[in-house]
Amino acid sequence: MICSRLTSACLPSLWLDRAAIRSPWLLPRDASAHGLALDHHLLLNLWIALALLALAHLILLIGLLARRHPEPTRLWRIEYLPLAALALLFAALTLKAERLWASSRYTGASPSALQVEVTGVQFAWYFRYPGPDATFGLTHPSLVAPGEGNPLGLSPTDPHSADDLVSSQLVLPANREVDLRLRAQDVIHGFSIPEMRLKQNAVPGQTIHLHFTPTAPGTYAILCTQLCGLGHYRMNATLLILPPDQFASWLAAKQKAAP
Amino acid sequence: MPATITPNKTEQERKRRVEDHDNGSGRRPPTDKRTGGGGDNDNWNDRPNGRRGPYERLHRYRMGLFFALASDLMFFVAIVSTFFVNQSTGHFDAYNHYVNEWLPTTIPPILWLNTAVLMLSSAAIEFARRNMFRETDVMDEWLGLGKPITRRALPWLSATIALGILFLVGQWIAWRQLALQHIFFKTNQSSHFFYLITGVHAVHLFLGIAGLITAFTGLYVSRQLETRQILVDGAAWYWHAMGLLWLFLFTLLVFFQ
Amino acid sequence: MTPPFNTPPAQPHSTSATRRRLCAALFTTDHRVIGIQYLVLALLSVVIGTLLSLLMRIHLVWPDWPLPLHGPILPEDYLALVTIHGTIMLFFVLTTAPQAGFGNLILPAQIGARSMAFPALNAASFWLTAAALLTLLSSTLVPGGAAISGWTAYPPLSAIPSSGPGQALGMDLWLTSIGLFAIASTASSINTLTTIVRNRCHGMTWERLPLTVWGWFTAALLSIIAFSVLLAALLLLFCDRHAGTSFFLPTGDLVNGILHQGGNGSPLLWLHLFWFFGHPEVYIAILPGMGLTSMLLANFSHRRVFAYRTMITTTLLIGLLGILLWGHHMFVAGLNPFASSAFSISTMAIALPAAAKVLSWLATIWRSRPSYKTPMLFALGFVSLFLTGGLTGPILAQPILDEYLHNTFFVVAHFHLIMAMAGIFGLYAATYYWFPLLTATSHHPGRLLSERLGHLHFWCTLLGAYAVFLPMHLTGLAGEPRHYAQLTGIPGPGGSLSPAGALLSHTLPLNRFITYTALFLATAQLIFLFNLARSLRKGKIASSNPWQATTLEWHPTMNPFPPLPASDTPDISVHRAPCQYQSNQVEISFLPQWAPIPFEQDEIEDVTDTKPE
Ligand code: HEA
Ligand code: HEA
Ligand code: CUA
Ligand SMILES: [Cu+2]
Repeated sequence: MICSRLTSACLPSLWLDRAAIRSPWLLPRDASAHGLALDHHLLLNLWIALALLALAHLILLIGLLARRHPEPTRLWRIEYLPLAALALLFAALTLKAERLWASSRYTGASPSALQVEVTGVQFAWYFRYPGPDATFGLTHPSLVAPGEGNPLGLSPTDPHSADDLVSSQLVLPANREVDLRLRAQDVIHGFSIPEMRLKQNAVPGQTIHLHFTPTAPGTYAILCTQLCGLGHYRMNATLLILPPDQFASWLAAKQKAAP
Repeated sequence: MPATITPNKTEQERKRRVEDHDNGSGRRPPTDKRTGGGGDNDNWNDRPNGRRGPYERLHRYRMGLFFALASDLMFFVAIVSTFFVNQSTGHFDAYNHYVNEWLPTTIPPILWLNTAVLMLSSAAIEFARRNMFRETDVMDEWLGLGKPITRRALPWLSATIALGILFLVGQWIAWRQLALQHIFFKTNQSSHFFYLITGVHAVHLFLGIAGLITAFTGLYVSRQLETRQILVDGAAWYWHAMGLLWLFLFTLLVFFQ
Repeated sequence: MTPPFNTPPAQPHSTSATRRRLCAALFTTDHRVIGIQYLVLALLSVVIGTLLSLLMRIHLVWPDWPLPLHGPILPEDYLALVTIHGTIMLFFVLTTAPQAGFGNLILPAQIGARSMAFPALNAASFWLTAAALLTLLSSTLVPGGAAISGWTAYPPLSAIPSSGPGQALGMDLWLTSIGLFAIASTASSINTLTTIVRNRCHGMTWERLPLTVWGWFTAALLSIIAFSVLLAALLLLFCDRHAGTSFFLPTGDLVNGILHQGGNGSPLLWLHLFWFFGHPEVYIAILPGMGLTSMLLANFSHRRVFAYRTMITTTLLIGLLGILLWGHHMFVAGLNPFASSAFSISTMAIALPAAAKVLSWLATIWRSRPSYKTPMLFALGFVSLFLTGGLTGPILAQPILDEYLHNTFFVVAHFHLIMAMAGIFGLYAATYYWFPLLTATSHHPGRLLSERLGHLHFWCTLLGAYAVFLPMHLTGLAGEPRHYAQLTGIPGPGGSLSPAGALLSHTLPLNRFITYTALFLATAQLIFLFNLARSLRKGKIASSNPWQATTLEWHPTMNPFPPLPASDTPDISVHRAPCQYQSNQVEISFLPQWAPIPFEQDEIEDVTDTKPE
C-alpha cells in the first residue's frame, strides 16, 4: 500500500486507476497455480531489497552526519561479517528460487495435460488444438498461406491435421494443467501472460515446452515480450479461461464450425 | 599498529654495474645482459621510464602485440565454438524426424602441402628474428661497422615472404579445387566454415605479409638498430602465432568435422 | 608535448598556417588531446542520445504528437529511437568517455608516464571511433531508416532484410558501426594495458596503483576478451545477411512471405555470442567509475580507502565473474533450464564483490565529515545509485523471478539506475574533479567549474534520476514490456480496450509522471552545459593540487602549466600507496604518492606495503 499511497499522495494531479492497484507493487492479479509461490518470493525479494536499500542509505547518512571519528579503523568485523551475512542471505534466496524454478521447469507436464501449440508470427499468435486424435498434424513453411486460412502451413496430406483446430484466441479450462509447445515462424517472439506469471521466448527452429495450470476463470492479456519488428507492440492476444464444462462446449462448437 | 614504510625497492639505486657494461662513461651497447629470473638483481622495470635498458621499446611493442594476439585468439575461439555448436545442431524435418545435415567438406590434399610451407616459413622467420639479436653483430653495428644484421636477416625474411605468398597461393588453389567440385561458401554448413575459417586466416596472413614487407623495407631504410629489431621481432611473433593458429584450425578441419 | 598545448599564443597568422595548426591539433598523437577529443565526442553523443530518449518518452505518453519536420512517430520510428539511443549511450558515451576519454587524459599521468605506449595507435583508435559514430548517425538518413532491432540485434530479425523497415541498409550500417567500434576499442585497450604494464614510473608497484587505474586495467582486459567475440559474431551475422550462409538462421524460416531454406543455424547462438560480449561490456562501462568513486571518497573525506587490497581483489573478481554469467540475459530465451540455474548461481555470486565495494565505500566515509565539493557529491550519488540499481540485480538473477520480470520496465529501471545514472554520476564526478587538468594549457593554468552551479546540478540530477527511474520498477511490475511503441494495444469493437490495453493502460499515469521527470532531468543538464561553457573561459583558476589529492596526475610536472622544458623535468618516483591521509597531524595532513619520506617515518603506516624486505 505504501507505494500506491505515496504515488497518489505526491501526485494529486495524476489520476491513478484505483482498481489497477491490486497489490502494493502494482503487480497484476495472479490467476495461475504456480503464481502464488512466485509472487510470494518476488515480494520477499522486493522487501529485502528495499530494506537493504534503506539500511545502506541510513549508514551512509549517519556516517556523513556524525562527528568525525579520529582514527580510521580497519576491522575484520566491518570487512567480512556483513559480507558473510549477505552471502547467507543471497544463498538462501538463490536456494528458494532454484527450488521454485526446478519445480516449474525441470520436469515436463503430466501426460494428461491439455496439449496446445502456440505459434508466433509477425505480428500475431496462433493457437492450435490437436483435435480428437490428440495428435498435431504436420506443418510445412512452404504451405503457409494466411490469406487462405492456413496461417500455420498445415499439410493437407497428413491425416492428423484434418481435425486440428486453429484459433487466434487461447481458450483454456480452469484447473487443468496445460502443456504449451511454443514455436515461431519467422523471428524470435516472447510469449508472455503476466497474470499467469508466464514468460518464454518462442524461437524459430525450436519447439519449447511450457506448462502451467490456470486457476481463475476470466479474460487475460497475452503479450509479445521480445522485440520482433515494427508491430511488436500490437502482437497481443486474449486468453480466455473457462470453467471446464464451458470449455468442453466451446471446443465442441469450434469443432462443429470447422469444415 | 603502525608498520614502517619499507623502502623496499623504492629508492633509485645509482650504483654502477660492471656487469651491465655500465662504466658510467656514456651509452651502453644495446645488448640486454639480464640473465632473467631476477637473480641478477637488476630490477630494470623499477627504473624510470625510458631508462630500462636497451630493449625497453622492444619489450613494449612485444607486449602490445601479445595483447593483440590474445584478443585475436578470442575472435577465433568464438568462430570455432560456433563451428562446434553448428555442427551438432539439427532440426526436425517435415515428418518430425530429427535430422542433422552436416556433410563434412573433404579437405583438398594440397592443404597438407600448404601447412608444410607455412611451418617452413615460420622456421625461416625465426632465423631472421634470431639474427637480429646476435651479439657480435649488434656490437658491430654499435661500433658503426655497417649493417651486418640487415645483411644476415634479409635473406631469411625474403624467404618468409616468399613462403607466405606461396601458402596463400596454395590456399587459393585449394578453394579453386573445391569450387570445381561445386563446393562454394554457400553450399552447406561445413563449407561455410571451411571457407570462413580459411578465409579469415588468410586475411590475417595478408596482414602478416604486409607486416613482413614493412619489416623488409625497414631493414633497408632504417638506420636505427632498435627499429629494425622491433619490426622483425613483431612480424615474427605475429607470424608464429598465425602458424600455430593454422595448425589448430587445420586439425579442426581435418579431424573434427 | 605537441600542439595545441605547446604552440605559442595565437598570432595573426596567414590562414594556411592556421589550418596547418588546426590539422596538427586534430591529428595529434598527444594523449591529452586525444582524451579531450574522446570527451567531446562523448558529449556530442550524449546530447543526441538524450534528445532521442526524450522523444521516446514523449511518444509513449502522447503517441499522436507529431515531431516537427517529421510527422507522427511511427512504431518503427520508435524502435529506431530505442535502438540508436541504447547504442549511442552504451557504446559512444559510457564506453568511450570513462575508458578512452579519461583513460587517455588521466591514466598516463596517474602512473607517472609521459605518454601512452603507442601514441599513433591511440590516435587511430579515436578516428575509428569517430568514424563509427558517423556511420551510426548516417544510418538514420538512409532509405528505410535506422535499424529497429534494439542494441542486442537478435536474429533472425536482424539477419533478414525483409523482416522490417530499417533492417536492410540501416542494419548494415549499424553492423559496420559496431564493428568499427569494436576494433577501435580493442586497439585502445591494448594501448591501455601495455601502458599500465610497462610505463609505470619508478616505485609504482602494482599495489600502489590507484584504484582508478585498476578499474581501467580490468575494463581493458575485459575489452580485449569481449570485443573480439562481438566482432566474430558481427562477421557471422554479416555473412548470414549477404553471403547466403545460415549461422543464425534455422531451416525453413519464413519471414514476411519469403522462405529461407538453408542450414541448421540457431538464433540462440547469437544470443550466446552477443551476451558473452554484452555482459562484460556493461562492466566495462562501470568499472572506471567504481575506481574513481573509491579514490574520491577517500580524497574528500581525508581517509584511506578502506581495505585497499580487498578493493583491488574485488575489481579483478568482478571482471572475472563478469565473463562467466552471460546466460542471465537468456533465462527465458530457450536456454536449458539447468543452464539457467548455473548462470543464476554465478550471477548471485557477483553480488558479493559488488557488496564488498559498497561496504568499503561506506566504511571509508563513515564518520569522516568530508568536505562536500561537487566531485564528492557526485561520488556519493554514485554510491547511492549503484546500490539502488544493484539491489534489483539479484532479483533479476533468479530465473523464476526473471520469468516474470524479463523484458519489462523493471529491467529498464535496473540498468538505467546502475549503468546509466551511476555511470553518468561517475562521469560527472570525473569532470568536476579533473576539470583543472582538462583545461590547463601551457600558457594558462587550469580552471575549476563553478561550485555553486555544481551543487545545483547535482541535486537536480539526483532528484531527477530517482524520479525517472524508480517509478519504472512499478510499471515493470505492472507488466509494461520494453520496446512497446504504444501501451494501449489495439482497441476492440467500439473502442473498448483489449485485455492487453486494459492491463497496460493502468501504467499510463505513472508513465506520464516519468516523462515529466525525464524532461526535468534532461533540462537540468543544461546547468552543467552552462557551467562548462562559462568555466572554460571564466572559471576560477585552480592551484596545482586543488583537492589535496595524493595521486600523480596532480604532480606539478604532470600539469601542462607552467610548461617545463623537457630537460628540466625531474624523474618522478613513487614512495607509497595513494590516499595516505593523516587525520591526527595538522602540518602534513596528506602525503602525495610522489613526496619523499618525511622524518616521522614510523607514524605513517603504509597499509598495502607491508611486505617484508
Ligand atoms: C548510458 C546509457 C544510458 C543513458 C544515459 C540513458 C538515459 C536515458 N534513457 Fe535509456 N537506454 C539505454 C541506455 C541509457 N539510457 C539502453 C542500453 C537502453 C536499451 C536499448 C534497447 O533496448 O535496445 C535504453 C532504453 C531506454 C528506454 C526503454 C525504451 C523501450 O524499451 O521502450 C527508455 C524509456 O523510457 C529510456 C529512457 C531514458 C531516459 C529518459 C534517459 C535520461 O536519463 C537521459 C537524461 C540525460 C542525462 C542525465 C544526461 C547524461 C549526461 C551525461 C552522460 C554526461 C556526459 C558527460 C561527459 C561526456 C563529460 N532508455
Ligand atoms: C553498468 C552496468 C550494469 C551493472 C553493474 C549490472 C549489475 C548487475 N546486473 Fe544487470 N544489466 C545491465 C547493466 C548492468 N547490470 C543492462 C544494460 C541490462 C539489460 C540489457 C538488455 O537487455 O538490454 C542488465 C540486465 C540484467 C539482467 C537480465 C534481466 C533480463 O533481461 O531479464 C540480470 C539478471 O540476472 C542482471 C543482473 C545483474 C546483477 C546481479 C548485477 C550485480 O553486479 C549487481 C551487484 C550489486 C549489488 C548486489 C549491490 C550491492 C549492495 C548491497 C548488497 C548493499 C548491501 C550493503 C549494506 C546493507 C551495508 N542484469
Ligand atoms: Cu512478437 Cu514481439
Ligand atoms: Cu548481464
